[in-house]
Formats: sequence, C-alpha cells, structure tokens
Amino acid sequence: MDARSTALDIRDAVTRGDVSAVEVCDLFLSRIAALDPTLHAFRAVDADLVRREATLVDRRRADGSALPLAGVPVAIKDTLCTQGLTTTAASRMLDRFVPPYDATVVTRLRAAGAVVLGKTNCDEFAMGSSTENSAFGPTRNPWAPDRTPGGSSGGSAAAVAAHLAPVALGSDTGGSIRQPAALCGIVGLRPTYGRVSRYGLIAFASSLDQIGPMTGTVADAALMLSVIAGADRADATSSAAPLADYQGALGRGVHGLRIGVPARALAPGVSSDVRTRFDAAIAALTSNGAAIIEIDLPHARYAIPVYYLIATAEASANLARYDGVRFGLRVEPEDGSLDVMYRRTRGVGFGREVIRRIMLGTYALSAGYYEAYYEKAQRVRTLIRRDYEAALADVDAIATPTTPTAAFALGEKVNDPLAMYMADVLTVGASLAGLPAISVPCGLTDGSLPVGLQLTGRAFDEATLLAIGRVCESEAGLAVGEPPAAGLPRVP
Amino acid sequence: MPAPLTRLEVARIAALARIELSETDAARLARELTDILAFAGQIADVDTRDVPPTTRLQADEPVLRADEPAPSLAPDEALANAPETDAAGRFVKVPRVLG
Repeated sequence: MDARSTALDIRDAVTRGDVSAVEVCDLFLSRIAALDPTLHAFRAVDADLVRREATLVDRRRADGSALPLAGVPVAIKDTLCTQGLTTTAASRMLDRFVPPYDATVVTRLRAAGAVVLGKTNCDEFAMGSSTENSAFGPTRNPWAPDRTPGGSSGGSAAAVAAHLAPVALGSDTGGSIRQPAALCGIVGLRPTYGRVSRYGLIAFASSLDQIGPMTGTVADAALMLSVIAGADRADATSSAAPLADYQGALGRGVHGLRIGVPARALAPGVSSDVRTRFDAAIAALTSNGAAIIEIDLPHARYAIPVYYLIATAEASANLARYDGVRFGLRVEPEDGSLDVMYRRTRGVGFGREVIRRIMLGTYALSAGYYEAYYEKAQRVRTLIRRDYEAALADVDAIATPTTPTAAFALGEKVNDPLAMYMADVLTVGASLAGLPAISVPCGLTDGSLPVGLQLTGRAFDEATLLAIGRVCESEAGLAVGEPPAAGLPRVP
Repeated sequence: MPAPLTRLEVARIAALARIELSETDAARLARELTDILAFAGQIADVDTRDVPPTTRLQADEPVLRADEPAPSLAPDEALANAPETDAAGRFVKVPRVLG
C-alpha cells in the first residue's frame, strides 16, 4: 500500500488487516502537508478529525463489519455539506458556515467505511471552468503548476491526480466533474440525472446539478458509484430505477458495441493536439471490436447559449437564499433597513462571476425577456434532448473529446467570460439531456498535458460507459501515467 | 443583434436581484452582459414551433410521500449559523421591517 494505491487496493488491505485506516490516512495527510501549499487543492483539512474518524473505522472493522470502502480517504468538494466541518462553496458568503447535517452522499460514504479527508477547492458556488473563481485563491494543475486544473471541481481533480487522495467527489452542472478530470488526467463520472441523491449539495442549477466520483481508475469510479447511487427520501428528484452491477460490468469489453461519433460537432474549436489523441482512442476501440458510427447532433451548436441561459436563471432563484438572515454572511446596514442589508450582503458576499450569472439569470427571467430567452432556451433544450435520444436509439454510447483543448494557463481566460464558457462546449450537451457521461484519460499532448475522452450513454446505463472506459484504460497508448514531479516539492 | 444594455437596465436588474453594485462594476457588467446576450441570442434562429419547453427530466411522475412527522433539526442546531438571534436563541433577528 502506498499513495498510488487505488481505493479497491486500500479497501482490501484494510479489510485484511495489513494496514489500519489510521495509517492510510496519515500517509495521505503527510502528502497533503508536503504538496498542498503549492497545489491548493484543499480548502480545509482537519488532521485530528480525520484520525478520529479513521480510528472509528478501524474499530468497526475489528468488530467484523464488511465495509466496501474500509479505510478509504475521500476528498469532498466544498459544495457538499459535511456535518461539523466548514462548508463554503468557495464563497465569502459561507466562509464560516458549519452544516448541521451531512449530504446523503457523505452519509453513504461514511456508512461504507470511508473517511472524509477534507474539503476541496472549487469555483465559487461551482460557477466556473478553472477553479480561479474561488474566493480563497486558485488551485494549480499537478501536471503543470502554471496551468489551471479546470473546474469547477478543480480541487478534487488535482487532489486525485497528485495522489493527495485516492478518490474524490465532485459536482457537475455543465461539465464540472468531467472537464477537470480530463485536464488532470483522471476519471470523472457524471451519473444520470436522478441516479445520485443531491440532498446536502449546495444548489446551483437544479435541473442540471449531479454529484459523481472522481478517481484514478475506472474500477474505483464503479466502486464509488455503487456506494453513493440510489433513491433517497430526502431528494424527490432521486430515481427509484434499479441500480446496475457497476463493478460486474467492468469486464464486459466493447466487442459488438456501437459507438457514435458526432463528426460535425467536433469540427469547430477542437485543437489538433486533442483531435489526434481522440482519433487514437477511437482506433483503439475499433481494434477491440467496437463499431464506430458517424452520427449527427444537429442542435449541438446551441448547447452553450441554452445552458448559460437555463443554468443562470435557475441560479438566480437558488442563490436568493443568501440574504444575510438565516445563515452565512450578513453586512449590517448603517440605516438599519432590511432591504439595504440584503443588497449590501449580496454585493459584498458574492464574487464577480456569481454576480454576473445572477444578473444574467435575473434578466432572462424578467418581464419582457422571459419568452425570448428563458422559455426559448427550454424549447431548444427539448430539441437537444431529442437529438441525443435519436442518436442513442442507434448507438450504445457517444464519443467525443471531453474538452476542446488541454489545460489552459492560469489567468488566460478569467477576464473573458465567453471564452471561459466555451471550455464547456463538449460537456453541456449531456447535462442538458440528463444523460450519464464519463471522462477517461486518452493520452498526452506533445506538451505532456492530459487529454480526456468523453463517453455519453443512455439514461441509467452508467454500466456501459464504465465497460468502455475500462477498455480505454487498459490500452497502453491511452494511459497518461503520473504527473511529472517537476515544479512540485519533494515528498519525504 | 439586440441593443446594448444600458446602465439603467443594469441598475433595474441589480435591484430585482437585491445586489448592490459600484459604478465601476455596473459599467463593466453592462458591457459583459451585452456581449453574453448577443451570443445567447443566436437561439432565436432555431425553429421551435410546436416544440414544448423542457420543464422536468424525470420519466416517472412525481410521487408524493405520506405526510408523517419525523425527527428533524433541533431549534438550536437550525439557528447555529444565524448571523443574529434573540437572547433566548429561539428566533432569527433581522433589521426593522415595518417603520
């Protein structure tokens, strides 16, 4: 067992008694102490609390409990509530918010024997594609510390890529699990809308938000999904659809599967570096027995405008709760009026991108503009969903690159909102359609930066995506290996 | 191409959203929102006659659960994050609402 061990290996070693949960956690805590001052993947880690939790897991194991994640440390995105552990969504608005309860996914992880290692940095309220919108400073990409890890779940992605945690949870509204997974060379799975309970997730856009695993291997993604998925009476949007045997699906292979490639949707904006790696992945799937079918998603080019209108409209409603009354920041008004308190609290507490999105969403919902923007976007969303339904009636999954380019430099897009929004051009489609999608590594650019392959599947068919992902992972030409140690401090 | 957003419209939206903006921020937002809306406006080109809006994603109909009492947060837990409470810690305090 070392810091490069998978969650499955750690679980097995702890279950056999080869190593204790406390020893596992100490190993990762020492890596965090050495590397996180440079990477800033974590917003907060409480080492004493981690060891206390790990001690409890060791006791449960000694009592003979079979724990599917025995002693596995998990990094948790700071948009997920953790009882007694500050949860900020990387916003000044919540910088001292201590949730009185755990998110359902956190409850399920703890019940399975996992230990919450710490809370990871992200874009404020998950709004961004680079983690630069965090009120607490950006996270760096372990592959190239002058570049972003992507976002919004950039802290979780960087933590897993640098082996500060074996596995993590992220949340994905328009690509916030898949895009940082691609840019950091790890696996990121956005489950079907309704597959995983969102109780305790700080809401951004309720028709789009999903929680999912970010891991080093496809098998670990299957293991994590099997623990967190399933109906929850605390979330009325969670689905009662039966769970599949995600781990059993890993060995299925791709022989006989039909995989669609929307050639037209890829033409604009995908860099030649990324295109080359994507073509190599498609060739590898073909040689493993998959049939590649050219498909069309005719409305794909409208996905970004539709997404940014719908997501911001929903955000403007969801973020109305931050008013300085029941929790979070309050800025006292000098004239003592309630309305000035609201305005001042929100003007001070929200960062630049969050204000931009609340303003855009408020505009799109306001009288005179609702039909032209919000309702029109909902109608085009229906057409985008129909495109996917038609394509997936003929193919088992759709393959695209996850992102148009590899990791971009810190500062490159942060002052150009539209350029930043285009980083999500290949991921927002599955979000709008409510479909599951996974990003798996598919090699390195000439500049040694990871590239991701995205596979989108039918509703509730995560199993097929995991099976295809497992084949990609075992192809030598698609593996990305380890981030170079260059630029990072040496670990004792 | 829609007309650029005026400062007056930005002020109107900020008032609806209850956000206090500096003059500099309002001017910057007027430019940025104009650009974003011009980009988003391309959805006007799509023919959506007879296309219903997507209002929910679930295939199954919403299910109502039985209305049964169940344990929930104690008042002190629910108020632990409140910026201000009354002396007994039972109510959230806000600035005066009625003159």
